[in-house]
Amino acid sequence: MASFSVNGKPVSVDADPKTPLLWVIRDIVGLTGTKYGCGAGFCGACTVHIDGRAQRSCQVQVSAAEGAQIVTIEGLAPNSSHPLQKAWVTEEVPQCGYCQSGQIMKAAELLASNPKPTRQQIVTHMDGNICRCGTYGRIIAAIERASREG
Amino acid sequence: MTIALKSPQVTRRGMLAGIGGMTFYFALGTDGTRILPPANAATRPASLSPWVRIAPDGNITILTITEMGQGSGTSIPLMIAEEMDADWNKVTLDWAPSNPDVYGWPDRSGRRVMTVTGSRAVMMYWNDLRTAGAQVRKVLIANAAEHWGVDAATLKTEPSAVVDPQSGKRLSYGEIAAFGQVPTTLPAIDKSELKARKDFRLIGRSVPRRDLPFKVNGTAQYSIDVKLPGMVYASAMHAPVSGNTPEKWNDAAIKAMPGVIATVKLPHGVGIIAERFPQAMAARRALRVTWSRNKVDGFDSEKALEHYAAIHADTAAPVKIVDAKGDVKAAFDGAAKVYKAEFRSDYTYHAQLEPLNAVARFNEAGDRVEVWDGSQDLGRSRDLVAKTLGMKPEQVDVHQCYLGGGFGRRSLADYAAEAAVLAREVKRPVKLVWTREEDVAHGMFRPMTFQCLEAATDASGKVVGWRHCAIGDDGGQNLITGGMRISSYYGLPNQQLELRNVDEGVRIKHWRAVAHNFNLFAIEAMVDAMAEDQKLDPVEFRLQRMSITPKARRCVETVVKMADWGAKRPDDRALGFAMSERSGSLGACIVEASIDRRAGSIHVHKVWVAADGGVIVQPEAAKANVESGIVYGLSSALHERLTVRDGAVEQSNFGDYNVMRMSDMPDVMQVSFLESDGHPTGLGEISTPCIAPAIANAFHKLTGKRLYHMPFTPERVLAALKA
Repeated sequence: MASFSVNGKPVSVDADPKTPLLWVIRDIVGLTGTKYGCGAGFCGACTVHIDGRAQRSCQVQVSAAEGAQIVTIEGLAPNSSHPLQKAWVTEEVPQCGYCQSGQIMKAAELLASNPKPTRQQIVTHMDGNICRCGTYGRIIAAIERASREG
Repeated sequence: MTIALKSPQVTRRGMLAGIGGMTFYFALGTDGTRILPPANAATRPASLSPWVRIAPDGNITILTITEMGQGSGTSIPLMIAEEMDADWNKVTLDWAPSNPDVYGWPDRSGRRVMTVTGSRAVMMYWNDLRTAGAQVRKVLIANAAEHWGVDAATLKTEPSAVVDPQSGKRLSYGEIAAFGQVPTTLPAIDKSELKARKDFRLIGRSVPRRDLPFKVNGTAQYSIDVKLPGMVYASAMHAPVSGNTPEKWNDAAIKAMPGVIATVKLPHGVGIIAERFPQAMAARRALRVTWSRNKVDGFDSEKALEHYAAIHADTAAPVKIVDAKGDVKAAFDGAAKVYKAEFRSDYTYHAQLEPLNAVARFNEAGDRVEVWDGSQDLGRSRDLVAKTLGMKPEQVDVHQCYLGGGFGRRSLADYAAEAAVLAREVKRPVKLVWTREEDVAHGMFRPMTFQCLEAATDASGKVVGWRHCAIGDDGGQNLITGGMRISSYYGLPNQQLELRNVDEGVRIKHWRAVAHNFNLFAIEAMVDAMAEDQKLDPVEFRLQRMSITPKARRCVETVVKMADWGAKRPDDRALGFAMSERSGSLGACIVEASIDRRAGSIHVHKVWVAADGGVIVQPEAAKANVESGIVYGLSSALHERLTVRDGAVEQSNFGDYNVMRMSDMPDVMQVSFLESDGHPTGLGEISTPCIAPAIANAFHKLTGKRLYHMPFTPERVLAALKA
């Protein structure tokens, strides 16, 4: 049994301690906005915040999340009101959309610690998140917009 | 406002039944639409929904086909809404059922298909759906005319309302729906009754894509997100060598693992069903299978590619003439000069970010199955599931989900058929997810090729003869020959295009722009080399010596202005030019690149693309799609390489199969569409195949050396620099 909070709600789950947090979030907690892309830490589609840090939930065992505060895309902000979510729509970033939860969660970590990042800082921070549709240019534009408009 | 179906166990079509209003059931045909007999609609409720339904409260539901990020999920209903003059804010979208007879477009044989490939969705549905929308409008007008007792010809429409300019009376579509009748035969529509481009309110106006809001908060539902009561999870291991079958495996040990419910022999693999997905994955890792053997065992893609050159040199090798015009022999016999070059390209993998998966559920009697699939071809998914199960297509319903990337892979639902087989076996709903490693190892790849191009010029330097021979596995689906035809941009008088087909048993498939990628690389690099030899600017050479068509010339002239082609660049950078063609569209592309000569890496700083795609239904979405195509092209040109050794794929995940990352991105990507009243043509792939040749041509400008093998890996770049 592991206990932690997801999007502010306490959760206790009965799962093998080695189970990747990704599958606990998706299949047991039932929040499917966090995606499985590679299962090996290469793509970033499964990125969530664990105690404020963006982490790849496919690489975190559920036992390591004991007591942690986890935030997923569903809990980032009420009614998609996070500046990044608004900027993502304005810049028409998503295409297939599958990677975008992870992209937004990774970008949210950046803006939380560095509200006015340079383009190079954005690229360095985001480089581990794959977007196969190639929306990278629009992701940069959306992060810059969110940074500007707050 | 949503097509994000969060509760798949509730059938939306059941919810729609019994609600009042006007429903328009029509099937698309070559000449527009025909209405379906109401009896047909009544007896097949599960697989039939009205294309358009207008509720008395004014809300309008229009069906759409698929959405993988290219935007046609919005464009399709938008075309109907435009011609029926619907208020777009009152339009809700829903997925069309898997019934191509009703929701498909007619292919060349007249068979209706729901295929969305080759970036052709808008192109194929354009006439039929606009006609259908106009028919709906005409029916609404007729009802209002009868209600008011006036001549229908005197009435006009505004967004979601019929108005009588003489009396000033007005009836909203919702008000009409409360009393209106839909005739058993929909009115005929003459082409002249369709709106002119200047009258469009929605088309060409950059209406935002409807799927965007659901893709920033995790609510867009992909098949991998579907959860059904009692559902169990499955993974599969396929033969590492394609075509082999499982003979035996450590079944007892696997079944003793935590959570494992069953193992199932599949035609080319073993399926493992468990209570939870990580348990199925763990069991998959522990699986030890003895596979049968076949001709693919021992296959080595690098050696095979070298053998392609020998096939080309073998005059006795069978040749298929893909196309021929003029007198090629005479052109070469009388040539002032003959040019020749050889090109190679490797296998590539789709790498769509959502690994292949599907959910399947049988009814209690076991005579109906529902499948949830993110599909580029719902009809083909349905038919393959039915065939695999030995059932009839009408016993199968495939529910569309968002696609986490398609790129050509998701038009064949072999994974969905597997999910259905597993669900039947355990008599419970099953979600089958291929792991990423499985998705790579059992992928279907863009075939590798060897190509030889020859050109003959006359005394003036004009190209008068053209020979293009491609060698590879065409798969009977133009996987090699697509994109060999140049006549839409270079109208050379004497041409011969040849295929020397090989069949090696490696799984191959369409891959964004497919054969255009390697063919345009070869064609445009060849043309560049001729320009160099004739000491002509590469753009000027195309305009003067390649019998360029007027439509192509417009694209060239546009992109040359966009990039300011003649302007000086920084010393370490150079421009490269290439034409593009795909799915009826033409394009021209310029890249600005530099090289790290020590590392052997090429960086593209700027990309400009001008494209003629006819009328652009959603300019902003189309622009995003072309940008995406550029990035896919960069990825293909610089990074993507899949190899097979001892019959098995050597790569396994994104650690060894490299795709474009943010740090690889150009600083600038500029896309421009030429003004046109023409029929819309495909745009999602127009910018993909021109990138590699444009880079190769820029590389030559920088170094004086040429690249002949795609992708341009550091190893190949360094070798070219030394050559």
